Amino acid sequence: MVDSNDADRNANPGAGGGNPEKGGDSLEARRKRLATELAARSAPEAPEVEGREKPQGFALAVKLSSEFIAGVLVGALLGYILDRFAGTTPWGMIVFLLLGFCAGVLNVLRSTGAVSTPVPGSRSGSTDQGTHNQ
Amino acid sequence: MATDKVDPIHQFHLNDLIPVNIGGLDLSFTNSSLFMVIVAVVTAGFLYLTTANRGLVPTRLQSISEMSYEFVASMLRDGAGSQGMRFFPFVFSLFMFILVANLVGMVPYFFTVTSHIIVTFAFSMLVIGLVVVYGFWKHGFHFLNLFVPSGVPGALMPLVVMIEVISFLSRPISLSVRLFANMLAGHITLKVFAGFVFSLGSMGAIGIGGAILPLAMTVALTGLEFLVAFLQAYVFAVLTCMYLNDALHPGH
Repeated sequence: MVDSNDADRNANPGAGGGNPEKGGDSLEARRKRLATELAARSAPEAPEVEGREKPQGFALAVKLSSEFIAGVLVGALLGYILDRFAGTTPWGMIVFLLLGFCAGVLNVLRSTGAVSTPVPGSRSGSTDQGTHNQ
Repeated sequence: MATDKVDPIHQFHLNDLIPVNIGGLDLSFTNSSLFMVIVAVVTAGFLYLTTANRGLVPTRLQSISEMSYEFVASMLRDGAGSQGMRFFPFVFSLFMFILVANLVGMVPYFFTVTSHIIVTFAFSMLVIGLVVVYGFWKHGFHFLNLFVPSGVPGALMPLVVMIEVISFLSRPISLSVRLFANMLAGHITLKVFAGFVFSLGSMGAIGIGGAILPLAMTVALTGLEFLVAFLQAYVFAVLTCMYLNDALHPGH
């Protein structure tokens, strides 16, 4: 990709070098070419820049643990609320806490990219980056 | 006195600057509020002043403003498609506020607004609230398709949907905990190592020699903290874009 870009860039001044100030359409063409070239050059970098940065050590630990803890906490909270209002005292907490653990594990697997999201068109941060943006 | 100097938690204390008490609610103007105002003023003032007499060839400061615009705009386009650009003002304000709040917190003696979980939780609830409200407003009950993955056997469906719902509800928590924990832990670490310098330095000549090590560590950590300050604002904004993408295109 980089090689072809470089070749393109080297070839273009040679091709357009004969008439650098031809007029308005030449300027338009050059601007268009610049835009496409910039897009082509930034496109290969895009997935690694805006996908997930490669976090290391502490950042990774905070990220994954927050995903897991959040799942468990929300499960416990839902169970507590259900028990409080439906009077099913131990069962809501037990079931939702277990579901919360599942959700926490799912969150962690998703955020590491081990499990791609099953819903098409959502969460573009997973492994199939950029294929379903539109 | 020495404990006050090296207490790593002291920097997060809230102090009432102007006590306000309305109907039993404590609405005091605290140091946190003061720094939120400072952050908002700095952000808005910087963006306004650098683009006030804008030129076709930007000055350095103007190009900082333009770069931040480009940065957030491309992030939003990649994360949520071109339809997502209607949320640009929201995402840009959020990103700039968090970024400037993190950076302002790096100044010695300044308060870090984002090191309190209630602040980051308010941000993330704002994001998720927007996602839910916009999703229902735009797609009606089709928004609930978000929780129904395709290709799951019917018997497992209730379980999977419950897990998906809990996973969705856990997003604001993980979003806020991540920003808060990074800022809190970073500032505590910085303060602890700086506290070593102080404690060792008061122990005479050998102590001063030994204090060089934590001093070097503090310098290195300061650089790292600037990276974290930027990275966490970026992560928050990227995840906001991804969640907004869910509101825009909730599966089919």
